[in-house]
Order: sequence, then C-alpha cells, then structure tokens
Amino acid sequence: MAKVPVQFTLNGREKAEFVEGGTTLLHALRDKIGDTSPKGGCHQGTCGACSVIIDGELKLSCLTLAETCNGATITTTSGLAEAGVLHPLQRAFLDAFATQCGFCTPGMIMAAKVLLDHTPNPSRDDVVEALSGNICRCTGYEPIIQAVLTAARANSQNAA
Amino acid sequence: MELRKSYFADQRKDGLHEIGQGRPRLDSPGHVMGKTAYFADRNFPGMLHLKMVRSPHHHARIRSIDTSEAEKHPGVVKILTAKDVPHNVYTILILIQIGPEDETVLADGKVRWKGEAVVAVLAETERAAQEAAAKVKVNYEVLPAVFDMEEALKPGAPLVNEYHGQNYYLYDSGECRKVRFGDVEAGFAEADHILEQSYQSSPIEHAPTETTGCVVVPEGNDRFTCYTNTQAMFFTLDNASIILQMPGSKLHFVGGTVGGGFGGKVDVIVEPIAILGAKLTGRPVCFIYSREEEMQISSPRAAEKVVIKDGVMKDGRIVARKVTGYTDAGAYSRHSPYGAQKGAAHYPGPYTIPNVWIDTYCVYTNRTPSSAMRGFGVTIGDFALEVQMDKLARLIGMDPLEFRFINAYRDGDMKAHHQPTEGAALIECMQEASRAANWPVAEKYMAMSSYKKGA
Repeated sequence: MAKVPVQFTLNGREKAEFVEGGTTLLHALRDKIGDTSPKGGCHQGTCGACSVIIDGELKLSCLTLAETCNGATITTTSGLAEAGVLHPLQRAFLDAFATQCGFCTPGMIMAAKVLLDHTPNPSRDDVVEALSGNICRCTGYEPIIQAVLTAARANSQNAA
Repeated sequence: MELRKSYFADQRKDGLHEIGQGRPRLDSPGHVMGKTAYFADRNFPGMLHLKMVRSPHHHARIRSIDTSEAEKHPGVVKILTAKDVPHNVYTILILIQIGPEDETVLADGKVRWKGEAVVAVLAETERAAQEAAAKVKVNYEVLPAVFDMEEALKPGAPLVNEYHGQNYYLYDSGECRKVRFGDVEAGFAEADHILEQSYQSSPIEHAPTETTGCVVVPEGNDRFTCYTNTQAMFFTLDNASIILQMPGSKLHFVGGTVGGGFGGKVDVIVEPIAILGAKLTGRPVCFIYSREEEMQISSPRAAEKVVIKDGVMKDGRIVARKVTGYTDAGAYSRHSPYGAQKGAAHYPGPYTIPNVWIDTYCVYTNRTPSSAMRGFGVTIGDFALEVQMDKLARLIGMDPLEFRFINAYRDGDMKAHHQPTEGAALIECMQEASRAANWPVAEKYMAMSSYKKGA
C-alpha cells in the first residue's frame, strides 16, 4: 500500500514518518513514533483516552488521520514534564489521588490542559464540561475535578 | 474523617500509622506522566495481529469450516481451528478441582452462544486479519436456543452444554447448593406474617477503559513471554499450561498493570490462543479485544434471580427464611459454579434467623458466559436481601434500621451454615450509620453491642 510522508512537531521535537494512507494519528504516535501516552480505549471517539493537543486544540487522535497533521504542533501527556519536573496538572493529579488504573489519565490531563490554557480560572462547571468527553471507568471523577481546580489555583498564584 | 476508638476498646491496638494518612500511590507518577507501560504499549518488530471469527448464532452445529479464501488474503500468516489447540476443552476452575471441562478454546462441532470463538486468523496487520476473518466460511445448522433460566431447567429444554448433560451445574450436593438450618416450615407456621418476593437482575458488563488483551513474544528457545492485562497471572499461566500442554517453565507472564478490570479480566481467554499463534508462527502476536468485543464477548456479571420467602413476627424477629437463587452461567461454567455457591453462603444475610433453607442453582443458557465481577454471587443477593428487609419492616410497621438491629448477628450466634459468629461488627456499623445519616433509633439499640449480649 502506498505510504504517505508525515511531518510534525511532537512535544517540541521534529518527527517525520511514512504511514499508510488512512493511518490514524493514534496509531502513528504509538506504533511508529513510540509515544504510547495516548491510549486506545475504543478507537471510535467515545472514551477520550487518546486525547492529544493539536495546534492548541483538544483532538481525539483515534479519529484524526496522521496525514492531516503535516506541519502541526502536537502535545501529548508524555511531553508535559520538563527535565523531570512535573507540570502543575500532573502534580495536582498526583497529590489529589486523581488516578486509579491510570488508563484515562493522559487523556484527562490533555483535556484539562486545553481548558486551563483557554480558561485559567475555570469554575467547577467549566471543569466538568471540559472533561465530559473523557471516561474514567474507575469512576474517580471527583478527585480529577479537584485536581484540575487545584492546578488552576496554583497557576494563578504563580502568575500573581 | 473521624476514627472512633470507643468500639471494641479492649481489643484495640492503636499503633496505627497509615489510617487517616495520605500516602502516595506507587503507580501514580507513571500514570500522570503517561509512562506506565500497559501490555498494548509494547510493540515488537514483525508482530502479528489475531482476530477471531465468531459465531453469529446462539446455538448451532458446525457442519463445515472453509478457510481457503481467507488463507489467500494478502497478509494472512496462519489460521487456527480447534484441531490446532493441544487441549481444546478446558474449564478454568479445574485448578481447584471444579470440573468438568466444558468449554472450547475454538469451537469444535458446535457453538453455544452468539460470539463464541470459532477460527483465529493471524495476519501482518489488524486490518488484514479482520478482512481475512470475514472470508472464513462456516456452515451452521441452527439449533433451538434457551435464554431464560427457568425455561432452561424445564424438562425438554434444549441442552446447552453436553459436557454437563443437563442445564445446571451438578454439585456434590446435587442439582443445587443447599443450606439447611432448623425447620423452615415450622418457622413459617409460627410467623405472624409471610412475605415472598422475587428479584431479578440483568447481566452487567465491566466496561474497562482498556480492553482485554495480550502481546506474546517468542524468546527463541521454545519459551514465550506473555504481556497481559489479566487480573489473575498465575491462574492464567496454569490454565495456559494445561490448554497448550506446555510446562509452566516455558511460559513467562508479565503483567499486573491493568487499565481497569473489575473482575472482567480473570477469565483465561486471550492468552492461550495468542501463545499458540506465537508458537506456530515463531513471531510476536497481539490479540486485543475491540471495544465491541469487550462489550459483547467478554464475560459479564451473571444475570440472577432470587426468590425470598420470609416469616416475621410482629415484634420484628425474622423466624424463617427460604431462598431460591438462580445464577445464569451462560453457555459455560467459568466462575459461575463458584458464584452460585457464594450466594448459598451469603443469603441468610448478616442476620440471625433460626430456620433457614437455601437452594442456589448455577444454570446454563445460550447466553454470553458470565463470570467474576466485584462481589459476584453476593452483590445481587445483597440488593435482594436488603430490599426484602425494607419491605418486611414496612409490613410490620417498624423502622427499617431498628428492624435490622433486632435481627443483626452477634458474636456467638449460630449461623445457618452451622458456624458460630465471630468478630461481628454490624451493630457498631449501624450505630455509626445512624449518627452519620442522622437517622435516630431508640436508645436501647444504641446501647447494643456485637459481643456483649443482653445490653
């Protein structure tokens, strides 16, 4: 099958791959590039575990074709920590016991990051709305909501 | 959270260091950084993908299987049928001597539920495996099916599973698990009121976010590494060893990281056939359920039916309880004979009742095999029992919480299974619940104790 060249920036680094036409970004990231932080829970856009940030917007990588990402800037949860220092959201998830099995966590953190990037001081309702596309089957939603609110407060204190 | 130390003060050792403390989870840093390695996060060069051809019928004889077209499909490497599996008929609880072996790894001559695995296709890509699976031709003769437990137990019902010979699990105690204590009919005769109610539940899917699966890698020395999200590592290893007729020393299982299980990942379904595929092709094999398979194929919690008949006195004492429980195993045993047995042990509830009669049946139907899930065998029973307790309290015009104090078991009480109660704390839990829920009960109940009778 014909291969298509794909080039994008992933977590600050240039990446180039040849993929088969129709390859999803999730498949390209996980199986070609080796970034397994986006997870495949349903492969049909319903669970949110594969969420990544493409050019500042939250996207489901299982429904995004890799070939449409040429020139894009992509962020995944594995790229958030800098020099081993956790991102405030990661710190807050850790401190708030907002992980259980951990499978939904990278997608949750992506959704939360896009929220805080656009809305630095979200209300609880804003957080619930922002996470509404991400399923936590361990049903740990409350600690996750608290973690996002805590991270928002930490951010605004740092900015002040 | 408040830690109450007044309860069981003479039994307490208060050298507690963990309760009330926040301790970081060891696996959480990996989760938040996206570094935790789940089985599907492992990718190996030349890895094949396994897809199953599944039965579209609830009950059918297999007349023939034709894989010739599928074999020609580009990318197909190997196709497996029942004859390729060294020990094709198995049952997982055989490890604890609960037989007979009643389930096929790949269907042999018959399918007993819609979705049953018939043919395994191994191909270079997931897509090729899926396309080739669609080209496997299976000729079925559809048979009558039975989906209702009571129908299945009637004479003349279609026989679901020939390895059992009847549509129920035959325990050493007979057609059901039995508990007999006191004289239940005498209890009903003396009761002021009798209440008989029937409770039913549907199957429940665990729906983990990470679907069931494994990745198997040949180590080149006839030994195989199996990365799996099973919740039951050694159980799976031992069953794989039986099914594959390979010593356990040839099988290296790596796991423990599970993206949600809830009991849904304790059956031994994906590993043996994936290891067999790796053995016969010499290549790594990935077998991972699609979301649809997870929802439709993986074992749910069993459907249950619970019929409870209670005799109760006006003063609140339950004097007789008769329970008939039915657990829908689906087409195969898996963990359900054990689930039904747990029900028998559980149905008296945490109550002291002098006359008890319990029968629990593990029933076979042409439904998806059910298995473990969070307190299977007792959770639905607890729903039925506690709804029944509320109804009984209403029947005699008593507060439902006080009604439970009257019947709560306490240390020294003889349980229906002829074991004396030890270490009971139900009274104390209910006292705390009464305070926490602001649901006051009479002072005499707040003065009761699980181990100081007559308070």
